[in-house]
Amino acid sequence: MKTETAEQTTRSNSALREIATDVVRRAMAAGATAAEAVARDGSEFSTVVRLGQVETLKESGSRALGLRVFIGQRAANTYTSDFSREGIEHLVSGAIQLARVTSEDPFGGLPEASQLGAISDDLDLYYEDVYSLPAAERIDYARRAETAAMNLDARIQNSDGGSFDAATGSKVLANSLGFVGEYQRSYCSVAAVPIAIDANGGMQRDYWYSASRTLKELESAESVGTEAARRTLRRLGARKISTTRVPVIFDPQVSRSIIEHIFEGANGDSIYRGASFFAGKLGERVAAENVTVIDDGTMRGGFGSSPFDSEGVPTRRTVVVDRGILKSYLLNTYTAKKLGMQTTGNASRGLAGTPGIGAGNFFLQPGTKSPQQLIADVKQGLYVTEFLGSAVNLVTGDYSRGASGLWIENGELTYPVEEITVAGNLKDMFMNISQIATDLEFRSSVAAPTLRIDGLTVAGA
Amino acid sequence: MNHKQFFFDRFALTQQDLERYLSEALSAGGDYADLYFEYLTSTSISMDESLVKSASQGISAGCGIRVISGERTGYAYTDNLAADRIIHAARTAALIASAPAKHDVAGFKENSERNLYPVASAGADADLTAKLELVMRADKATRAYDPRIKQVRASYVDELRRILVVGSDGTLATDTQPLSRMSIFCIAKASEENSSRGSSGGGGRVGIEYFQTEKTPEYFAHEAARQAIIQLDAREAPAGEMEVVLGPGWPGILLHEAIGHGLEADFNRKKTSAFSGLLEKRVASDKCTIVDNGTLPSRRGSINVDDEGSPTQNTVLIEKGILKGYLSDKLSSRLMGISDTGNGRRESYEHIPMPRMTNTYMMAGEDSPEDIIRSVKRGLYAVNFGGGQVDITNGKFVFSASEAYLIEDGKITAPVKNATLIGNGPDVLTRVSMVGNDLKLDEGVGTCGKDGQSVPVGVGIPTIKVDSITVGGTAR
Repeated sequence: MKTETAEQTTRSNSALREIATDVVRRAMAAGATAAEAVARDGSEFSTVVRLGQVETLKESGSRALGLRVFIGQRAANTYTSDFSREGIEHLVSGAIQLARVTSEDPFGGLPEASQLGAISDDLDLYYEDVYSLPAAERIDYARRAETAAMNLDARIQNSDGGSFDAATGSKVLANSLGFVGEYQRSYCSVAAVPIAIDANGGMQRDYWYSASRTLKELESAESVGTEAARRTLRRLGARKISTTRVPVIFDPQVSRSIIEHIFEGANGDSIYRGASFFAGKLGERVAAENVTVIDDGTMRGGFGSSPFDSEGVPTRRTVVVDRGILKSYLLNTYTAKKLGMQTTGNASRGLAGTPGIGAGNFFLQPGTKSPQQLIADVKQGLYVTEFLGSAVNLVTGDYSRGASGLWIENGELTYPVEEITVAGNLKDMFMNISQIATDLEFRSSVAAPTLRIDGLTVAGA
Repeated sequence: MNHKQFFFDRFALTQQDLERYLSEALSAGGDYADLYFEYLTSTSISMDESLVKSASQGISAGCGIRVISGERTGYAYTDNLAADRIIHAARTAALIASAPAKHDVAGFKENSERNLYPVASAGADADLTAKLELVMRADKATRAYDPRIKQVRASYVDELRRILVVGSDGTLATDTQPLSRMSIFCIAKASEENSSRGSSGGGGRVGIEYFQTEKTPEYFAHEAARQAIIQLDAREAPAGEMEVVLGPGWPGILLHEAIGHGLEADFNRKKTSAFSGLLEKRVASDKCTIVDNGTLPSRRGSINVDDEGSPTQNTVLIEKGILKGYLSDKLSSRLMGISDTGNGRRESYEHIPMPRMTNTYMMAGEDSPEDIIRSVKRGLYAVNFGGGQVDITNGKFVFSASEAYLIEDGKITAPVKNATLIGNGPDVLTRVSMVGNDLKLDEGVGTCGKDGQSVPVGVGIPTIKVDSITVGGTAR
């Protein structure tokens, strides 16, 4: 069930390859001293079934092309969705014109030729089953997820629908140092968003989903719908609590966003600007001893995996925080040069603009206790299941977010709470991660188990 | 150039082609179909560490085809505007319906053109060196404000969006929408352990001359640097419920989050909004009158026609505290039997339109801002915000103060750190006890996200006092 049987996609890949290398050639002929092109094509499908009826059905394909050129140490970028001859000529001439007005930047440039390459392992990123599933069966996934949610409990009385999404895409990167790389990825997901109403007319909504690169690893639509309903029902009757300072346990759906701030803090772009609370902290303790955080772009089937980064450098596994010590920043070619270091293969770019820094699969290593044990250890505290909004300052680490969840009393989850905030400073919060559970699961490219942080202020009434 | 002619020339379209594509879209019996052609050019130039490290420009063009059958929507798009590709997309979208073809489409009624944004030098056409000069001036002025300003990034981004919308109801509308924005981000550093950040920006459906005459790079630079320097001295924000005074302008994001989204017709049609069923009921104090107005000249949230080709309008949402109306698009107005307020918007040709806000603001009241501050014993004065978010269904909303001060005994005292404010949409405005006479609209930086689609919006508010809202700081 893998790529080699896909005649159509193989053909489109070689067309993309031809276009990307052609654009690089044209840019060099037009006066660039170095050039890099990225070409993408893909198809997307999405459907929402609401109250048993198909509400939306969307299906399309698109492609686009991005170009980065250097004239000496001056750089510029262009992109287009127009693959006609005129469109490509405009793409190239526009980039050359722009690069004549930008500044000489001594740190600019492509990676060294010796740094280029792709990891040879099969990363299991593309499965034909996502592409070939008939529309009727895709709709059925959405319908079954919603039905399971609606049927769980009489208080589930409305719905924002069940949904199924599928996407496949190819990406080619080519540069004037002779690098040409390509890969395909597939993605599918099923979700449900039920709405529950209590006796007083109070409404709550929550959701659940499963995502994978192949239908074979997608959780069943029924289990997704049931979990969505369970998460929604437990919010009914939520109240506000008084302002307090208690231990806070974060559900994996929210703990991963806290771990994502470690990625943002280690982002080389913020580091060289001094815009990160981790700047200058390499080799120092930045988190509790039980905290080990890894970025791995090479995990099989990972949502953040790819054979090479957006500059053609092979992806890798980088230990960012090892038992609380900051071990590595995450870098692309530019930020590595600024810091006098080597790229970590974390270049990331869309079609427009200069490459930034992107994570591979970024995660917190699991601990040894079950999530239930973490809750059981708390006499009085808060279990957070959702964040709303964000006031997170990566320069200072100041942190304040809207939250909802469940109150913990004597080691047990009791009533739901809402309209509260959780606030602290990320520098302290990472030091105060006192417990980490075993439940690491990848539902996106950033993942973390249930975790406990002490010393946070919970603001309410 | 005539907007329609642009598409006809560039993509070799004729009126007969448009009729044929619509007929294909209705070939399986849909009730309504529309075609949305879009041609978007954009440029971006930024100054970073006092270098123009890069500049970017791009073109995105395509056609989105929508077919509605009852409550069902089928959608397909193509970035290849050849006839066979558009017909293929039309037939794909058509499959949402399953009945015999209903009617042929013949003839369109062109909407009368108005022009809310007459622009001398439309964005992308303006001279690159003039844009370069803007970001260089911004960089220089930000650094000149204070020696503690250490990092500055200044950018100028503009786009020109041309749209052609044709519908099987005879709609034919075109528009050319310029949008420009300057942004500045800076970091101040007083010591190894004391850094802060500041940001500012603005623009609208304006040409480059706006930044050369009305709101200059120096104006935005001063604002970004001022915020960063003030934050160096910020103390912990308070935690808990208290009186909050919102300054005029961008704090109007309160209205956008607390009530605006909840009044979008799609959520109310599906009864998933905390505001469902509250029409003609009191949802705010009688001092509050709130509108959504897409017709203000040159504003970021304004458009001549929405992305379904309907003219925008000034819609009263709340009048003296009473909920008066929803923001609607074609689908919801038909299904709910309410009027189409011209709020059907979409991010691009790849997206299905839905009800969205334009410029949402509260009308001025009678209180003086000084009296409002003076009336507070202990509270927060919040004048700048980052983003916000709302849970439509339970009504809880947040917005994040990026510049705020304590009010003690009727006086503004110390600056405090960033904090999230959280409240409940259907009742927060019932606690508005004073409304200032100083209505101000924001500088033109807002981008609203809904279902993964971003559209430019505006907000505005006079100084107001909310008697109780939860402030999410860390101080006791």
